[in-house]
Amino acid sequence: MLEGILQGLEAAISLQNLIMVVAGCLLGTFIGMLPGLGPMSIIAIMIPVAIKIGDPSAALILLAGVYYGAIFGGSTSSILINAPGIAGTVATAFDGYPMARKGLAGKALTIAAIASFTGGTVGAILLMGFAPALATVALLFHSAEYFALMIVGLSAIAAFAGTGNVAKALMMTVLGLVLATLGESAQFNAPRFTMGIQDLQSGISFITLAMALFALPEALYLVLDPKRSNTGGAGGEIKDLRITKTEAKLIAPVIGRQSIQGFLIGVMPGAGATIASFLGYAVERNIAKGDEQAEFGKGSVKGLAAPETANNAACTGSFVPLLTLGIPGSGTTAILLGALIALNVTPGPRMMVDNPTIFWAVIISMYVGNVVLLILNLPLIPYIAKLLLVPRNYLIPFILFFTMMGSYIGQNNATELLMLTSMGVAATIMRFAGFPLAPMLIGFILGQMLEDNFARAMNLTDGVSFMWERPMTTALLVLAIVLIFLPSIREQLAKLRCKGVADGD
Amino acid sequence: MTLDRAISGLFLLLCLIYGYTAFVTMEANLLPFELNMTFLPNTMPKWLSVLGVIIGLVVVVQTGPKAQAEIDEGEIDYRNLRQYKLAQAIFLLGLMIAYALLLRPIGFIAATTLFLAGGGMILGERNYKLLLPIAIFTAFLIWYLVQELLGIFLRPWPWFI
Repeated sequence: MLEGILQGLEAAISLQNLIMVVAGCLLGTFIGMLPGLGPMSIIAIMIPVAIKIGDPSAALILLAGVYYGAIFGGSTSSILINAPGIAGTVATAFDGYPMARKGLAGKALTIAAIASFTGGTVGAILLMGFAPALATVALLFHSAEYFALMIVGLSAIAAFAGTGNVAKALMMTVLGLVLATLGESAQFNAPRFTMGIQDLQSGISFITLAMALFALPEALYLVLDPKRSNTGGAGGEIKDLRITKTEAKLIAPVIGRQSIQGFLIGVMPGAGATIASFLGYAVERNIAKGDEQAEFGKGSVKGLAAPETANNAACTGSFVPLLTLGIPGSGTTAILLGALIALNVTPGPRMMVDNPTIFWAVIISMYVGNVVLLILNLPLIPYIAKLLLVPRNYLIPFILFFTMMGSYIGQNNATELLMLTSMGVAATIMRFAGFPLAPMLIGFILGQMLEDNFARAMNLTDGVSFMWERPMTTALLVLAIVLIFLPSIREQLAKLRCKGVADGD
Repeated sequence: MTLDRAISGLFLLLCLIYGYTAFVTMEANLLPFELNMTFLPNTMPKWLSVLGVIIGLVVVVQTGPKAQAEIDEGEIDYRNLRQYKLAQAIFLLGLMIAYALLLRPIGFIAATTLFLAGGGMILGERNYKLLLPIAIFTAFLIWYLVQELLGIFLRPWPWFI
């Protein structure tokens, strides 16, 4: 393990990779700040660039840098203009925006930067411990367990990531799996479900689907509702970035607690940064006393530090299942998984053994990325904030253009653009109706792997008997079923309890 | 009928067609030696179509005819699309389709310039002295970055050059 760490260190601090981290963080911060562009869209846009780089560690380091930068940038727009670019920074706006309105924008951004830095760094330390341990266990898994594990992952994502409606999320997951069966697969040399259309022969491109599901609907939302990109005049002056000693003392325990809690939530598939930040905020508000508790929501430093720490720690935590099991826990890591596969790296328990350099370089680069974010972005904040002044008339055509370039240069096929537009419109309509889109992309990406493992397990046992003959597989499948029904069972229980109260009254 | 019910209905229809293809069409096209294999090209689609039909039915029943719950803040109320800039969105989508169709014939530079300038104009920009230079500059810059730095071929000029 130590040898691997040293190899990774060597790779991560090479000049090329350092440039990648810096470039990724800066770019991520800039784009992440634009209202409506979250890390998922940005990473999707960056994938063709990453693939072109060719070197998997450099590419992954760039993408991870973009990821961190985007989360940090999202907090910036949450604090300055109350326009969270992504769900994960919504909780940041609860106390960050009131602080900014009190004229403490500089201070709020500093607290956000420090909290993000600590959350990310503690997360990376925990990741170093967790990932190898989990990878060792995962090496015991066979194709049957992998199949079951993917089912667990998919149902966990449907159960937690959906907007409260498990059936809708499951429907989107199945739709993603169905789309993944289009075209020729590795198992069989015949095209499936192409309806004779040659452009479908190689299946739907993952980048096109990612763009269509996230970047395009966001851009269309910006067009439809100009208020979303209403940047006001807050992009102007930002002064007084320093925090006082008393404030530092106040937020230190919060940051400590939330780093660990956020990381652990991030590790669970489907939970991710959004749940971590809301839970972090709720926990800190509950344990705060008297006046401090009343301060929450009105510009409390604790209320700002908690979600900021938790979402960054959770982002790092979400790399654990990706790097060790090859199962993405969130939409963003799903896109990263797609990029990794395109770069000919298969994440999974073998990754640490087969590609130690990539594995450790990514983890080491997380430290570097966090430091870069802190020392580079802090002085740049006043200038970065100027970007918020870019008028909508210029911003939107550019977002649309980059979305199209992303899917075009991957395939060099103009039909891809037509597919992008039509799928984007469909995705927007589904978003109108409250269908979650992330489960669909995760289903699409896991579909191929799910089928491969399913095929292997079925061939080994000559049927589906592996589902009940292998205890671990059975346990995992039962867990998947429990996860799917858990929300409705809890709802029923809550209803029963409410009934009891009413009867008692 | 609410939008989510319509979407889940469409999904159900898709699953039925998908299932028919998997259970009937693909089954008929199997090669003789494949009949003895455990895992076939249509094994996974069969499972998926059954699962999809069940889930689709659940969603159709669950959503019901009653109106959807109130729209979250930041979401768009689709039942009242007229209050939004619907025309702009449709024109921009049209522009994207035009870009897709024109990209090859008129070349990257011209298509991109037209797209960026046209997009700005659709959104209400009337300062052409600023809009056009920015569009042309970006088109050249991106072409240079993609073709020269990344090495991906993009035909810059129209077909006759």
